[in-house]
Amino acid sequence: MYEFQYHRPASIDEAKKILADNDEAIILAGGMTMLPTMKLRLARPSDLVDLSAIDSLRGIRKDGKTIEIGAMTPHADVAGSSVVQSEIPALADLAGMIGDAQVRNRGTIGGSLSNSDPAADYPAAVLGLNAVIKTDTREIAADDFFKDLFETALGPNEIIQAVRFPKPKRAAYAKFPNPASRYAVVGVMIAETTDGIRAAVTGAGPCAFRATEIEAALAKDFSATALDGLTFDAGDLNDDLHASPEYRAHLVIVMAKRAVAAASV
Amino acid sequence: MTENGIGAAVRRKEDHRFITGQGQYTDDINRPNQLYAHIIRSPLPHARIRGIELKAALDMPGVVAVLTGKDMVDDGIGGLPCGWGVNNKDGSPMTEPGHPPLAADTVRYVGDQVAVVLADKRSIARDAAELVDIDYEELPAAASLSAASAEAAPAVWEEAPDNVCFDWEIGDAAATDEAFASAAHVSSIDIVNSRLIPNAIEPRVAIGEYDSGRDEYTLYTTSQNPHVIRMLMGAFVLSIPEHKLRIIAPDVGGGFGSKICHYAEEAIVTWASKRVNRPVKWTADRSESFMSDAHGRDHISHAELALSKDGDFLGLRVRTKANLGAYLSTFGPAVPTYLYATLLAGTYKTPAIYCEVKGMFTHSVPVDSYRGAGRPEACYLLERLVDRAARETGIDPLEIRRRNFIPRDGFPYQTPVLLEYDSGDYHACLDKCLELADYKGFEKRRAESAERGKLRGVGLSTYIEACGIAPSNVAGALGARAGLYESGTIRVNPTGSVTVLTGSHSHGQGHETTFAQLVTEALGVDFDNVDVVHGDTGKIPFGMGTYGSRSLAVGGMALMAALEKIKTKSRKIAAHLLEASEDDVEFVDGQLRVAGTDRTVSFGDVALAAYVPHNYPLDVLEPGLDETAFYDPKNWTFPAGCHICEVEIDPDTGVVEIDRFTAADDFGRIINPMIVEGQVHGGLTQGIGQALYEQCVYDDSGQLLTGSYMDYCMPKADNLPNFEVTTNTTLCTHNVLGVKGCGEAGTIGSTPAVINAVVDALSELGVNDVPIPATPERVWDAIRTAAHNRAVSA
Repeated sequence: MYEFQYHRPASIDEAKKILADNDEAIILAGGMTMLPTMKLRLARPSDLVDLSAIDSLRGIRKDGKTIEIGAMTPHADVAGSSVVQSEIPALADLAGMIGDAQVRNRGTIGGSLSNSDPAADYPAAVLGLNAVIKTDTREIAADDFFKDLFETALGPNEIIQAVRFPKPKRAAYAKFPNPASRYAVVGVMIAETTDGIRAAVTGAGPCAFRATEIEAALAKDFSATALDGLTFDAGDLNDDLHASPEYRAHLVIVMAKRAVAAASV
Repeated sequence: MTENGIGAAVRRKEDHRFITGQGQYTDDINRPNQLYAHIIRSPLPHARIRGIELKAALDMPGVVAVLTGKDMVDDGIGGLPCGWGVNNKDGSPMTEPGHPPLAADTVRYVGDQVAVVLADKRSIARDAAELVDIDYEELPAAASLSAASAEAAPAVWEEAPDNVCFDWEIGDAAATDEAFASAAHVSSIDIVNSRLIPNAIEPRVAIGEYDSGRDEYTLYTTSQNPHVIRMLMGAFVLSIPEHKLRIIAPDVGGGFGSKICHYAEEAIVTWASKRVNRPVKWTADRSESFMSDAHGRDHISHAELALSKDGDFLGLRVRTKANLGAYLSTFGPAVPTYLYATLLAGTYKTPAIYCEVKGMFTHSVPVDSYRGAGRPEACYLLERLVDRAARETGIDPLEIRRRNFIPRDGFPYQTPVLLEYDSGDYHACLDKCLELADYKGFEKRRAESAERGKLRGVGLSTYIEACGIAPSNVAGALGARAGLYESGTIRVNPTGSVTVLTGSHSHGQGHETTFAQLVTEALGVDFDNVDVVHGDTGKIPFGMGTYGSRSLAVGGMALMAALEKIKTKSRKIAAHLLEASEDDVEFVDGQLRVAGTDRTVSFGDVALAAYVPHNYPLDVLEPGLDETAFYDPKNWTFPAGCHICEVEIDPDTGVVEIDRFTAADDFGRIINPMIVEGQVHGGLTQGIGQALYEQCVYDDSGQLLTGSYMDYCMPKADNLPNFEVTTNTTLCTHNVLGVKGCGEAGTIGSTPAVINAVVDALSELGVNDVPIPATPERVWDAIRTAAHNRAVSA
């Protein structure tokens, strides 16, 4: 990697100041994408601002009917949290499917969302469960957060502080992992929330999105068979070495059915 | 059998240092004052180098030199040699272009070496490399076999305008045509044998060091065969005589064939170390490994099998195109010819076989040996074709194999494609495998799977391989440019401990244990008092290294011959000490005894007498107890066996899960069953990797798409079942232990077994072929296409 300055501020304010002072500074969360990118010399930050010393960014809190997860909470903590397991088991399950044990112990929810990798799992959870992303300046609804490939609603140097998940009536996540990387080729979060049925898809498109035709079918009848015969339009889906758009479209329905079946248990 | 002798599942001596992190790999070695080399590689698959601007890089503090292909030309450096020449059908030699270690005017694949930066730190070398400005004139490229064979395809070499390196044949074309003319049925198949990237866990490393005081060079390198590297690099590339060049290949973390080859980086660091008079170290990163380690397989074939009305194989005709990459690697031309087509008889008595192979240049990494090297390609083609023939003729896949097996009493068996098999019992391996796999219970398991909406299939393969390559004079007649013997030294130390020097090389195989077992068995010396030394041309008399499952069958036999010399001399010494006739002295449990008496002397006392010859027959016997033997095998060895795979397929996603995998192998006599089992497990995993997961992909422009583990799928532990493995032994008839070799078998037999199982599972849907790797999408697509075809025809 190229040389860079390393910072480990103790507060958000300090982090913001370093970011403001250095045009080419980048925030470092768990580093599970950032560090490999730097090692391949595909990123050249002047400064790395490591948020790991800011204690307030880490932890899982239950607040009435919502679960708030600090941005720097690693996936393994979410997967292993008894609170998350009892309140939103689908979220704990999803966190437990991310990457491998090493990644789950380093990678964070804030890092994953800020990066918005098209094949990451967390975006499906945030969108499917209608979470709210709390940053240092505002709150962003999940529906407004994911914009495009590696592109989110976050402004320059805006720092995610926490993600608030309302407890769904029921939910489940089904994932078809890439056999090589174990990222999602397609992952679908199905949730019945107080605001209705939500079906969020990751892996298939440039960023996580809601599958409205699946939501409509499930609103009428929350069962896997309700999706029988439904086809998903392959038009805008990703095409790469691992799956064609047609295969991804097919998997969206298969994974949606599996998620519905799992949520119905 | 002694406690730690032949046949004992002794724990591996070497594992203590490996498991406790004390292995000494090449990258663990650092020489005083060393420089770090960064190789600048071509980002383009095909381009002319118009110019290289070095100044900015040279100006960077810490940069000592930047060397290019022109510097190599100026120094009179030769090209990397090819170790095996193949002739065309008309007897003319293959087209053999040069292979400069640093490309001087043209680059021919993504990853081709262009320049080397030498700096005080690795990071500086890499930073400076980005300042080297190379002006490329991009040229059209063809990385795949189909692209390189297309009309008006860009030529990799001017001297081979159609990209054909050789057009080779084996077998009797006329006899084979005749067999087809009389056939009641002909089955045919189109086979793509996918391209693989070897992925040894240890990336390649090379450290060159020049001693100006002695005018001597040392190269530390990750090699399976240090003496071969000394021979190739010394004689052909750098013109350094053997006595001035030492090659050390210490602990090596896996090779799988990819570390046989003599690589450019070895020559570059050795040459550069003299130019700058400092040691030069290069360590590949994983990305470099993907784009510069020799790749494996990559064939396209069409094969036809002629059968009688009863299902007897009458003839086999095969047409293959093999991708050789941009340059001829060390054994590149041998792999898809003599290591491939000679195995097309398989375990069957097919009387007429003809195969033609076109070796093709492409703008891709050179292709060379990868675990099995040619034999997996032959086995995959043949066993897929036999299964297809069984399906088409309605003959049970077991029956069609049994009917055509070379019978138990048919050995020695001369195949129509050069080889003469010495021993085997294919019926017994098949029967044993069927039993262990509970083949009879398959239909019940299939029904259970169906209840869960899953498709279950069973597939088998009966494979053969030729190992322990092999008589030097025969190999030489077929184009080998080196001998294929092995050397071994048994050095008995004065106190009776034993140091074994072997020209074989262990890079995971466990030689330190297996070879020590041979010594323990032969001399009765305590297992802990035997150490095996390998991987250093400065210590080992000579060696041809480890590949083709040859370590025991060739290297072990050299040791057996040396042990025999030790025993003979020991008996002479003991006879003197015991005042008996040499003929009456026998070896019993580490003692030398006058037969029929209780008069003994320990082997340790004999050793001491040999080195402290106060009471010793000096007038007729030299002191010392240190013997070397060279062994040149009389024939290849022929391990064979049967693999049975059971898969369960999820028709909704196309995911194939291996539920059971059973192997019954004939490896001849087994020295350490635990090590053998481990070798089989590793081989099966790599064969399953090719069947379901691994695949090297270049895009149409010639860029490598699978350049990391994000995209190149290695088989992982959770992809595999618990393997059931057993052996059924027939002894090799031409070596003293009857051993055959076990390193590659798992890779050879498993791939077709898996795919035959996948096809079996899908056959009820009308699927009769699935390409490798049978990825979920390909399986799903096969199901979908078959459903579409059924709908159309209905």
